[in-house]
Amino acid sequence: MFIFCASLAIAQDASQLIKKVKAKLELVDNYEATGVMKTDIAFIKAPIGKIKIYFKKPNLFKIKKEGGISLLPKGGLSVNLSSLIASSNYTTIDAGVQDVGTKKLRVVKLLPNEETSDVVISTLYINEKESLIEKAVTTTKENGTYTMLMNYGAYSNYGLPDKVVFEFNTKNYKLPKGITLEFEDDSKPLSAAQQLKNKKGRVEISYKNYSVNKGIPAAVFN
Amino acid sequence: MSSVIQVQGLTKKFGHQFTAVNDLSFSVNKGDVYGFLGQNGAGKSTTIRMLLSLITPTSGSIEIFGMPLQANRAAIMQNVGAVIEKPAMYEYLTAYQNLKIFSALSGVSKTRLQLLHELDVVGLAARAHDLVRTFSQGMKQRLAIAMAMVNDPQLILLDEPTNGLDPQGIADIRNLILQLSRVQGKTVLVSSHLLSEIEQVATRLIIIDKGCKLVEGDSKDLFDKSKTVVAIQTLNNIEATKQLMQTNWASHVLIDRSSDKEICMQLDEKLLPTLHKNLVEMGIGVLSVKPMHSLEDYFLRITSTPSYV
Amino acid sequence: MFSLVQVELYKIFKRPRTYIAFGAVAALIGIIQFGLKLDGKSYLDFMLNDLSSSLEIDGKILNGYLVCYVMLQLLLVHVPLLIALIAADMISGEANMGTLRLLLIKPYSRTTLLLAKFIAAIIYTLMLLVWLAILALFGSMLLFGTDDMFLLKTSYVVLLKESDVFWRYIGAFGFAALAMTTVAALGFFLSVFAENSIGPIVATMSVIVFFTILSTLNIPIFNIIKPYLFTTHMIGWKEFFDIKVNASNEAIIGSIQNPEKIVKASLVLVAHTIGFFVATLLVFRKKDILS
Repeated sequence: MFIFCASLAIAQDASQLIKKVKAKLELVDNYEATGVMKTDIAFIKAPIGKIKIYFKKPNLFKIKKEGGISLLPKGGLSVNLSSLIASSNYTTIDAGVQDVGTKKLRVVKLLPNEETSDVVISTLYINEKESLIEKAVTTTKENGTYTMLMNYGAYSNYGLPDKVVFEFNTKNYKLPKGITLEFEDDSKPLSAAQQLKNKKGRVEISYKNYSVNKGIPAAVFN
Repeated sequence: MSSVIQVQGLTKKFGHQFTAVNDLSFSVNKGDVYGFLGQNGAGKSTTIRMLLSLITPTSGSIEIFGMPLQANRAAIMQNVGAVIEKPAMYEYLTAYQNLKIFSALSGVSKTRLQLLHELDVVGLAARAHDLVRTFSQGMKQRLAIAMAMVNDPQLILLDEPTNGLDPQGIADIRNLILQLSRVQGKTVLVSSHLLSEIEQVATRLIIIDKGCKLVEGDSKDLFDKSKTVVAIQTLNNIEATKQLMQTNWASHVLIDRSSDKEICMQLDEKLLPTLHKNLVEMGIGVLSVKPMHSLEDYFLRITSTPSYV
Repeated sequence: MFSLVQVELYKIFKRPRTYIAFGAVAALIGIIQFGLKLDGKSYLDFMLNDLSSSLEIDGKILNGYLVCYVMLQLLLVHVPLLIALIAADMISGEANMGTLRLLLIKPYSRTTLLLAKFIAAIIYTLMLLVWLAILALFGSMLLFGTDDMFLLKTSYVVLLKESDVFWRYIGAFGFAALAMTTVAALGFFLSVFAENSIGPIVATMSVIVFFTILSTLNIPIFNIIKPYLFTTHMIGWKEFFDIKVNASNEAIIGSIQNPEKIVKASLVLVAHTIGFFVATLLVFRKKDILS
């Protein structure tokens, strides 16, 4: 009985924590930010690109590169923090506390109740004191598992990060020489270590300026 | 008389087997129309190409305008024009364009009018702007001559210039050669198979066979009746030659050209009956006595007997 | 010398067959541009099939810069034949027409004539490449617009910023000009040995095909000779489109991954060009002209 009540209390705490985080995030109706995006995938050589990020409640999210070609992990980045906890149709499971770096973060797992949901499970690592999600590991049906790491600064009151690092899985990249017409290519087969490295990708977005709740036309998200 | 061309001991071997020109020596004087004769494969074209530095001699020396050819090629070629064998030009260009190109290549700057005049001289003014591929053989030959003359050369080498020409064309070439030589004082070396034509224009000539000189000299000497070359055939030419050498006729016997096939003698044509009579008196069985009156006779005779100068 | 080169260029450009090469280049480029304009999306989808399973690629990927790169990969294999059509005809064609003997009785040395012809052949080569550049690069930029250049190599992908592409094309075309000059020099050399152009043209292409096969076969015994084959280095222009990355795997704008490869390839090509020309000179100066 005591254990049941105790566990009920802990569960409530986790739900309460999520509510607190959600309340903070809901302060933001929309935002527009400029930033710099760095793509770090082993088999891609890409320069840093300047981007603009747009968000509108409840789950409209768009990254636009200022000219040029952008490479974004499939599906993942469009899932931002707000959309993770936008709906209330999930089961909250308290997974205790874990050290992440130098911080002790509360681990809460969210299990969508809808079977049709693309998200299978999201594990949130929350800074209880600030009510900020510092890390999120999400497993989806379509696009595998990805990790988001957040650093906060000037806009932490809105729950808006200064920097987001997005880690995801990629397929090993190889095109036949007959397609690329690179018959002269004499690169050796990749080692196991390199193959493993190729299977992980990283996108890092550093936000420069937020323009919060100033209104964003719907056409931007088309 | 100054030599325009002086050739000494010229030899050309192709590989180890074939000698096209063998120790050939001759000279061409200023103002000569020099006939260069020989059967097909005698070495005429090879010799002409060596004179034009198209072929490198195996040995021997060539001097043109008194200068060694190899060391002074550029200076010499500025004053030489040539038509070598079949007329060659850029058939995808017009006559005028061809002449303009070769004028530029000769280092000669000529105006449009001057070039058209050159074409007029050879009777091609009306076809100046037609593509050469539409020309007849005779027209091409005339254009080739115009191209050879574009730099106003002092020495002109013509290799078979009357090939493919009709009788009028041949006559035109003959007159052109005479004009170049007699009027303009140019030196012309012409090789041809039309011996009757050479006979009419050549002041000096050379006959070669298998790369060797058979005879060289002034045309008038070669056809001078007082120096008629006579070919005599007897029942035993060797014996007859020995007998003649013991008589007053000895000085007339051309011992180098005589063989077991015939006896060659050079004498005044008027003495022929006396010679015939003496031969019979000596008991020599005479089969024929044939004087060589024309260049063709001379040529055919001399190139068929294996004796060399 | 200048007037000799002028005459040689005059002869080249008065000849109808010269324009076959320019026409062929225009036709080939036109066909490729037409095809990509019509159905470029299918081509891209096919190329990006693997990549798009894990990445969302946004932007004008099929732009003029990428189209030009695709065309260069295809055309620079075939342009040598068009170069050989003229270069391998420079001496043998004259011999065939009988005009070689006329050229060689003019008051300049054989060396001067050969040099003038070689310079004319190089100028033709450069003009063909300029024509290629105008149609392939500027034409594609006009038809397809410009954006970053997204290059799919066999084992990795290169994304070049739009502002970082054009100078690379200048370098690539310059290098291609050098490579084609080497082809011209080879054709020129082989031209000395024949009195008919077909032989040298076919021989030039055969040498290039044969050496290209040796250059691309990954058989250890051939790897010894590969560095010395000029065909191995002819594709050095591609090095202009590879970029260095820093420790954070960030592409360094304005850099080239292997600049030393470009330098080495250039030196090999220059050496071959000079070698072919000197060999031509040595043979031609002593050659008896019987044509």
